[in-house]
Amino acid sequence: MNIKTETQGKVRILTVHEERLDAHNSEALKTEMLRLFEGGVLNVLVDLKEVRFIDSSGLGVLVSGFKNASTRQGTLKLCSLQSQVKSMFELTRLHRVFDIFLTVDEALDSY
Amino acid sequence: MKNDIDIEITVPNHTRYLSLIGRIGENMAQELSSFTGDRDALGHHLNAVLTEALVNAIKHANGTDSDKKVRIQIHVSNGEMMIRVFDSGKGFDLGSIADSGCPDPLNEQGRGIYIIRSLMDSVEYRRAKGGNVLEMKKALG
Repeated sequence: MNIKTETQGKVRILTVHEERLDAHNSEALKTEMLRLFEGGVLNVLVDLKEVRFIDSSGLGVLVSGFKNASTRQGTLKLCSLQSQVKSMFELTRLHRVFDIFLTVDEALDSY
Repeated sequence: MKNDIDIEITVPNHTRYLSLIGRIGENMAQELSSFTGDRDALGHHLNAVLTEALVNAIKHANGTDSDKKVRIQIHVSNGEMMIRVFDSGKGFDLGSIADSGCPDPLNEQGRGIYIIRSLMDSVEYRRAKGGNVLEMKKALG
């Protein structure tokens, strides 16, 4: 999986450079998020602007990250969801769990 | 019938084929001559259903056994789509997966069958020759 990591202030931004986040590739994102939280990072923002499709495994990995963040009094926020990805969050009601922002800048302003 | 479509494809028991099968579903939605609804939405739904059904077959039914295969049939006729996904494993108990609506949002697993049930009109899982078949129908209104 192609993930770019950058730091903006106290936030670590993970940009997923994949068209799909599914059972084939999502474990790599789970591993990367866990590595960051275990390394002491508290605030992670996942930028999904290039992800056109997400399946239940991809959603599960984000839930795992959310729980890992919460356990450490950190945050996992999401931004730049494409319409089909957003519809899967709504179908599974995960839009009520995550803080979801339209853009990276809007998400950064929330910290 | 003149406009009937039959597609059958067999892939190795590996998640790398999820994208291929999902794209077939998306492309089909653009080609259904009698469908008058939102083709992009239908394509996304077929992508999601095929992906979830394939993952169920690969991971849960076939137990990630790389020697096994998954066979997918898609049949469109008389305004209805039938998708069948055949595994060759010991299967899983669809009845044991509660049909009680949306799973707890904090569960990391268990959304696949819920997504399929939400996007298709009927879902059955039964024994078939040499394994099992997940059978999913959708009216193309």
